[in-house]
Amino acid sequence: MDKVIIARDISLSYSSSETIINQASFTINSGSFVFITGASGSGKSTLLKSLYGALKPKQGSLIVGGVELKKVSNSKLNFLRRHIGIVFQDYKLVKEWNIEKNIMLPLIINGYEKGVTQNQVEILLKHVRLKHQSGKYPQELSGGEQQRVAMARALAHNPILILADEPTGNLDDYSSELIWKLLEGANEQLNTTVIVVTHHIPQSMNVDYKHFHIEYGSINEVN
Amino acid sequence: MKSIRNHLSLVIALLSILFSIQIFTIVDRSIESYKAKLANNYSVIVVSQRKMSNDVILNINKMILNSNELSPDAVIKRLDKNMDEKNIQLLKLTLPRFYKLNLKYYPTPKEIKKLTSDLLANKNITKVEDYSHTHDTTYKLLLLFKRVVFVFSVSIFIVTTLLIFKELRIWQFKHSERMSIMGLFGAPVWLRSAVLFRLSIVDALIASALAFGLFTYLASSRFILEQFKNIGINVVVFDPVNDFLILLGIAVSLSVLLASMIVLGHKEEI
Repeated sequence: MDKVIIARDISLSYSSSETIINQASFTINSGSFVFITGASGSGKSTLLKSLYGALKPKQGSLIVGGVELKKVSNSKLNFLRRHIGIVFQDYKLVKEWNIEKNIMLPLIINGYEKGVTQNQVEILLKHVRLKHQSGKYPQELSGGEQQRVAMARALAHNPILILADEPTGNLDDYSSELIWKLLEGANEQLNTTVIVVTHHIPQSMNVDYKHFHIEYGSINEVN
Repeated sequence: MKSIRNHLSLVIALLSILFSIQIFTIVDRSIESYKAKLANNYSVIVVSQRKMSNDVILNINKMILNSNELSPDAVIKRLDKNMDEKNIQLLKLTLPRFYKLNLKYYPTPKEIKKLTSDLLANKNITKVEDYSHTHDTTYKLLLLFKRVVFVFSVSIFIVTTLLIFKELRIWQFKHSERMSIMGLFGAPVWLRSAVLFRLSIVDALIASALAFGLFTYLASSRFILEQFKNIGINVVVFDPVNDFLILLGIAVSLSVLLASMIVLGHKEEI
């Protein structure tokens, strides 16, 4: 099975602060569903940031989708990010764009044709049950609705990898369930690799998953 | 409404810069035109012991456009009632020659000094009247006016540049979030900053169009034209092709520079 992520002895830290992840090694196979858990401040989000190249490892080697992220050029990093869908805890939606345009963002960046883009957005809006709100702006939506928009945006361009940082952190049950279903669907139907940082693994998971736990700077696989 | 407000601050700042540049251009043109008028009316009188040819005079200094010998007849006419014909002819022979020199352009006081010394270096020339006192006063007044307008234009330029920098900070704040989000999804720099460049170019076009309207109106304003007529000069207040292209170029360059500085100053958030 192809490995989508290969981390060898990576150490992560923000400039001039203590090491958060210390010489961790792990691999993630293509098409797998992975949970990363750990206490607050353990380095879950830091690890996720390193996977989309926002934070480069101080030591070791980190290869994502065949791209070495320790020393990566901007153009290569952009190329990699075009194949990743990211869901942030704080949604990171563009405030001055309506939700339709927000969902379109990765499609525009990937150069999809207008007709395809429009079609895909309509399908996704239906999936996240927001078709009736397509013209609204992020600030006009509830937190749960905004996260559903962010989820649709992450799925829009059929990425090879979805990275989700506590996607259901502050959401109501309805939105949480919908988000898990969408992540499971992408993993099962499109063979997308899904990596979710969370405090709690939902009870009702219908897919096989891998579980990593971060503690005191080391990453351990939980059986 | 919000969209208009987004554009207004940069448009006003750009318009102020274009306004000060064009005003300085108009003043500069007015002064040049007035100098040309003064040059037409200004002449130097030379007294020579002997007759001098036009070529000899022109070779003395390159500034000299032409020379005309002044006839002494008018002066002699006033005397001829008391003098007989023989004495008049004798007086005509002994009188020095008077030449009026016209210059190619209105000279600086330094150039006038040089011209006078060049003329006096000729052994035939005994006296030069350059009307330097009147000339100096007029020239200094023109220079003072030009400098005052220049200082005024530079002041406007500095103040509006500071305003633009303030606007730059607002834009940086406003656009950095969107640019960061686009970056997280792999948008290349040109795509991330496309909105910014589009906005700044649109603002530059609006400011240039407003400047075009304003100066086209001023160029046809009866009040303005009368002012120039009163001082006897003809000035192009606004050339709709050349001046507009210059103003447009300045506005677009400034706003593209502004957008580029934002893009270069943008740091991806971690």
